[in-house]
Amino acid sequence: MQHYNMNLTLKVWKQKNNKAKGSFESYQVKNVSSEMSFLEMFDVLNEQLVAEGKEPIAFDHDCREGICGMCSMYINGRAHGPWHETTTCQLHMREYKDGDTIVVEPWRANAFPVIKDLVVDRTAFDRIIGAGGYISVNTGNAVDANSLPIDKQKADEAFAAATCIGCGACVAACPNASAMLFVSAKVSHLALLPQGDPERKIRAVNMVQQMDTEGFGSCTNIGACEAECPKGISLENIARLNREYLGSMLSGSKQG
Amino acid sequence: MALNSKIPAGSIETKWEKYKSTCKLVNPANKRQLEIIVVGTGLAGASAAASLGEMGYKVKAFCFQDSPRRAHSIAAQGGINAAKNYQNDGDSTYRLFYDTIKGGDYRAREGNVHRLAEVSANIIDQCVAQGVPFAREYGGLLSNRSFGGTQVQRTFYAAGQTGQQLLIGAYQGLERQISLGNVEMHSRHEMLEVVKIDGKARGIIARDLVTGELERHFGHAVLLCTGGYGNVFYLSTNAMGSNVTAAWKAHKQGAFFGNPCFTQIHPTCIPVSGDHQSKLTLMSESLRNDGRIWVPKAKGDSRKPTDIPEEERDYYLERRYPAFGNLVPRDVASRAAKERCDAGFGVGSSKMAVYLDFASAIERYGKVEAHKQGKGGADKATIIALGRDVVKEKYGNLFDMYAKITGEDPYEVPMRIYPAVHYTMGGLWVDYELMTTVPNLYALGEANFSDHGANRLGASALMQGLADGYFVIPYTMGNNLADDIRTKAIPTDHPAFVAAEKEVNDRINRLMNIKGKESVESFHKRLGKIMWDKCGMGRNAKGLTEAIEEIRALRKEFWSNVRIPGDIKEYNPELDKAGRVADFIELGELMCIDALNRNESCGGHFREESQTEDGEALRDDEKYMYVAAWEYKGESNFEMHKEDLIYDVVHPSARSYK
Repeated sequence: MQHYNMNLTLKVWKQKNNKAKGSFESYQVKNVSSEMSFLEMFDVLNEQLVAEGKEPIAFDHDCREGICGMCSMYINGRAHGPWHETTTCQLHMREYKDGDTIVVEPWRANAFPVIKDLVVDRTAFDRIIGAGGYISVNTGNAVDANSLPIDKQKADEAFAAATCIGCGACVAACPNASAMLFVSAKVSHLALLPQGDPERKIRAVNMVQQMDTEGFGSCTNIGACEAECPKGISLENIARLNREYLGSMLSGSKQG
Repeated sequence: MALNSKIPAGSIETKWEKYKSTCKLVNPANKRQLEIIVVGTGLAGASAAASLGEMGYKVKAFCFQDSPRRAHSIAAQGGINAAKNYQNDGDSTYRLFYDTIKGGDYRAREGNVHRLAEVSANIIDQCVAQGVPFAREYGGLLSNRSFGGTQVQRTFYAAGQTGQQLLIGAYQGLERQISLGNVEMHSRHEMLEVVKIDGKARGIIARDLVTGELERHFGHAVLLCTGGYGNVFYLSTNAMGSNVTAAWKAHKQGAFFGNPCFTQIHPTCIPVSGDHQSKLTLMSESLRNDGRIWVPKAKGDSRKPTDIPEEERDYYLERRYPAFGNLVPRDVASRAAKERCDAGFGVGSSKMAVYLDFASAIERYGKVEAHKQGKGGADKATIIALGRDVVKEKYGNLFDMYAKITGEDPYEVPMRIYPAVHYTMGGLWVDYELMTTVPNLYALGEANFSDHGANRLGASALMQGLADGYFVIPYTMGNNLADDIRTKAIPTDHPAFVAAEKEVNDRINRLMNIKGKESVESFHKRLGKIMWDKCGMGRNAKGLTEAIEEIRALRKEFWSNVRIPGDIKEYNPELDKAGRVADFIELGELMCIDALNRNESCGGHFREESQTEDGEALRDDEKYMYVAAWEYKGESNFEMHKEDLIYDVVHPSARSYK
């Protein structure tokens, strides 16, 4: 692969804190290597800003290997940028060429208030999990792991749903800022497994209820969430959640 | 101060059972009066916080990330060991115990390691009950694979995302306890001091990373589950935020630091591509089940790997270690890669890489698959296509990650890999009950030093984190807190809290007022370079002596010339990082002091002065069969205490994988 360097213009959302009004600011970044990751390009820019005595751009990031779900940039109108099934930290600069302008914004959703610049508060997701995204088993209660064989296909489907990293790209991509893909991934993961069966009805109802309380929008089957999900979580999960939810309502499990 | 490891008496198989049935208990009504602080929410922290919450303790948990689910345990790829013997291949609790002791090059405690092996099977049961979707066979039962340093298949896994699935399991349990009100969660908070009252840990000072405000939190006990310190090397497979700060503050408050120089360099990571590199990415050890490691037989051979014929390749691990081949332990594989590259056989543009090749695995799996589908006489292209699908199912996410980072397709060309800092076996010294030398202060998971000796085996970190959190601390902490039930919650206006907060505040002000010229990042890189060059894969007395001087000079420079933009009372990641780098600098010095003291090679610690004729690590059991536990005595002043290691069961021998 041919390596090259490039100069870029960045337009980045700057917002002092939750209360301040934000705006875009332009930055020139020089000599960016095509081998850098997108966040390493931000490191270079921030080092440059520190050297100039300016304040660096705040952004969330941690593992930088696409699994922790912390990074969260909305790049040129797309959650996590242009690469399919890729988090911001795994996007690499060989996607861009000399002279490009890149616009970077935070996740935008009422339920994800901005903390500073590109950093948003996603604790709503934790509260949704707390509302029912678990199996109620205390430490020490478990039986032998192989006493409960699970159909490989079911196990694989459950695993696929469980690979959600909770980054919030689905919400950012959705015009309604709906969290249905996130919620449905957890409901599916647990509903597909026999261990999750006893609580499946109440789980679906409680998690959806919490999602509504947090102020996420409704799902209108647009599919942008699936298209932008860095882990390829399927829309089938939303269909499954709808079935679970409807089934629960019909059977009268209205609350937890 | 004499170190007491508190290993229970009795034969190795009975120690833990006996401990559990005789330790003191806290009744439910008293548990409700006892407050516990858990710092860090990785596998150890989340499992401890959730379990203690279930038991009825009042728990407060802290993490610096935006959610407990982000802790770096999430990035563990390959798997978790457990002595289930589901494969009927001769595994047992004893064998897991033995492999771990031997893998750690006879520098771990027998009692702790045996307990780890005993509870390993419970962990798998617990995780499956929580809904962790481990890989399964067609019959519906759990699947296993092999990891380095073992000859059985005891590793449970969920594709290349085992850590993620285990952590999400623990996190869900934790969120359940949070919603029940048993655990109070403080995310985006960093612990900056341990508060001691009458010699016991009774709380912490934490900083709210969003507002910059300092907070005081009381606890009858404090659990540090804050992971390892690999980021002292700047480049490592750790997350960007992984740090030693909580452990280091504890150290300065009297907790001894055990074997700080014991660092694990992981053999299979994506090589450095340039100065911009911010972190290194691991390619799971599980890949060595199927990948073969090689370099060209000719020096400086710059042909494409696929153009180099079989007979001109040197599969150096298979050549040097026929019994274990590509599955030798990490320290051995790393040194062998370095040896080949240093000798001029490295590949890629930097020549600091070796190949990890899947071509033969793809073909082997393809043939099996073709037979299964009744296509016995299939052509090579069909076999390769079928084989790729199998490899994709096993390691797909790792291959994708490799392709995104390097721009190369590992299904077509072999991966280029090189060793990188991954894990730290050293950590806060703890006794059998996981208590540090500060009463009521505990360390769990990677943050403690106890179970892996001088080298950790693959898939054992997840095991230890969850063992400590789910199955050990609930007993051992109760045993001590049973004596504390009359201690009422101490109000946080107690002078000890006031003084600790002032200390933290003064330190932050000192940092902000330096107003120098050089960025925090730049200091961190410089520290990392010293550490990697002189306290990395190969260490010697001259280099370590120089490194100590260089680090001392770097510390002075840092405290007079670092530039931190922004303000204290706001979201300021540069300030957070400055505090962490300041602690890394001090730790780096101690690591070099420890490495200089230990004039033997063992596990990941390779002193060039101490090797066999064919370049293998040479232990010196006579002089160094002890844990070096360092006490902080003031700036650049550390006193070593020895805990002699006693092997009642396993007889230390030269560790051979040949």
